[in-house]
Amino acid sequence: MSTVDLKRKANLIRQDIISMLVPAKAGHPGGSLSAADIVTTLYFKEMRINPQNPNWADRDRFVLSKGHAAPVLYAALAEKGYFPKDELLGLRQTGRMLQGHPDMKRTPGVDMSSGSLGQGLSVANGMALAGKLDKKDYQVYVLLGDGEVAEGQVWEAAMAAAHYKLDNLTAILDYNGLQIDGPTDSVMSSAPLADKWRAFCWHVIEVDGHDIEALEKAFAEAKQVKGKPTILIAKTVKGKGVSFMENQVGWHGSAPNAEQAEQALKELREEGLSLGE
Amino acid sequence: MANKVATRDAYGKALLILGKENPNVVVLDADLSKSTKTAEFGKNYPERFFNMGIAEGNLLGTAAGLAAAGKVPFASSFAIFATGRAFEQIRNSIAYPKLNVKIAATHAGISVGEDGGSHQAIEDVAIMRALPNMVVLVPADGEETRQMVLAAAEYEGPVYIRMGRLEVPVLFGEDYHFEIGKAKVLKEGTDVAIMANGLMVAAALEAAELLAGEGISVSVVNVSSVKPLDEETILRVAKETRAVVTAEEHNIIGGLGSAIAEILGEKLPTPMVRVGLKDSFGESGRPYELLEKYGLGKEGLVKAVREALAKK
Ligand SMILES: Cc1ncc(C[n+]2csc(CCOP(=O)(O)OP(=O)(O)O)c2C)c(N)n1
Ligand SMILES: [Mg+2]
Repeated sequence: MSTVDLKRKANLIRQDIISMLVPAKAGHPGGSLSAADIVTTLYFKEMRINPQNPNWADRDRFVLSKGHAAPVLYAALAEKGYFPKDELLGLRQTGRMLQGHPDMKRTPGVDMSSGSLGQGLSVANGMALAGKLDKKDYQVYVLLGDGEVAEGQVWEAAMAAAHYKLDNLTAILDYNGLQIDGPTDSVMSSAPLADKWRAFCWHVIEVDGHDIEALEKAFAEAKQVKGKPTILIAKTVKGKGVSFMENQVGWHGSAPNAEQAEQALKELREEGLSLGE
Repeated sequence: MANKVATRDAYGKALLILGKENPNVVVLDADLSKSTKTAEFGKNYPERFFNMGIAEGNLLGTAAGLAAAGKVPFASSFAIFATGRAFEQIRNSIAYPKLNVKIAATHAGISVGEDGGSHQAIEDVAIMRALPNMVVLVPADGEETRQMVLAAAEYEGPVYIRMGRLEVPVLFGEDYHFEIGKAKVLKEGTDVAIMANGLMVAAALEAAELLAGEGISVSVVNVSSVKPLDEETILRVAKETRAVVTAEEHNIIGGLGSAIAEILGEKLPTPMVRVGLKDSFGESGRPYELLEKYGLGKEGLVKAVREALAKK
């Protein structure tokens, strides 16, 4: 897919995120919107996958370690054709397929259940180790939050990924500067992030997480790196694309009402038009 | 029962009382202070409030150190993360050395609702109850929570308090008296007893009322102190009714139902039915829809009572 088509897709995915959160009446717009360009680039450019065969043994894998951003994953999977887009409107409702946090037993295309922060990198390591054992050439991707990396397990896994030279693994850190109780710098400072990952012997690429062209290049570079894992430290804006949600900690975990959603969708449609839909 | 208060809101308010009365009380959270309601304490006593970020193992380990140095720490997160992620820190740094840490967890059970199975603790009572030295408490309403939090601060040693997300009916006034290790008979009956805790107490009272209309006399006992358990009251009520239904928003394995079955099995074998999750995880949905679906509504209780009576 061309860069401009990817931009259009990311815009559609942002619209899906807003639309599905309204009937759900609960969920996480901020961290879903901040990751929209990253997830779009992965699912529509980078990853070798087949929606007709979600369990294909040679597919690339994606672990949404920051599982609360499920809406962005669900939107990408629906846009990709893993399940009908109508399902998005059943998000978080009793008896439906799309759980509040990703559930691999219920949702085709979800490679790993998540929602409890800090566990995804270990799981991605396991998948990457299995890929090496089986001499398969699939890649494993994992998306982490910048608040999430306060979990000690992330650093246990960071050490192990470098130790086992997992060059078939690429992590992406959604560096939006916010968590729930406030800015990451005031809740639990994690800076300097790039230096920390470098000290853990990772190949580090700092990138604008909303610049799709730059993301494409970064993923291409990651694939070339041999003998160590790569992390993209992707500078993002929480709530990106919806003016009143951008950089607002209050939009971490509350859904827009119908009126707010209308405003958000209006902005997003205008952006879509400017991309020449 | 028109008024409703979430137990976590009552917890937040009780912390403010403690903040004022006891300078040794400190509060820790793990990036959920708005949800667990510790944020107000943080605003009022910023020097005694520590946000540890998303790091529950470190949260409980730090609380252990504060307790070892003479503080009275209340450490809060969602029940799943407080007891799950930090289990072994609780086991070896808090319960084993019997340190004075209060683990005050919110968002327990399936009434968490929309967040889904990953966030709904259904095993926390079982794992906390299996720890020597640990006191395990489950409040039924806001007033009981307030008294429980104050009692936990007075008590010397580790305490786990399990609270919910949802607003629940106000059941008790200030004349209610909570005591660690004591169960409360809320309603005397002769045919069958429902022994419940948490939000199942309100459901039990409703079910008892429904059944009274059919001439079935139901005793309702609030077993908010799961450990230590009030054996005397439980045995007395079981003897009077000869049929027991336990009700909890928890897996039927390892929680209140198990605790009561253990005592009755050894000392007074009694026909019993356990209401709870039937060894399954929860899922996303509206809280009351889920409670119904998993048999934790008043209909589920009424059905369980009939089963218990049939076993008599
Ligand atoms: C182990 C664990 N602790 C706490 C939570 C509750 N929680 C959900 S999202 C979140 C904040 C995440 O912040 P960040 O990682 O920065 O994500 P983003 O900003 O991308 O949404 C927290 C504390 C959780 N899901 N898992
Ligand atoms: Mg963040």
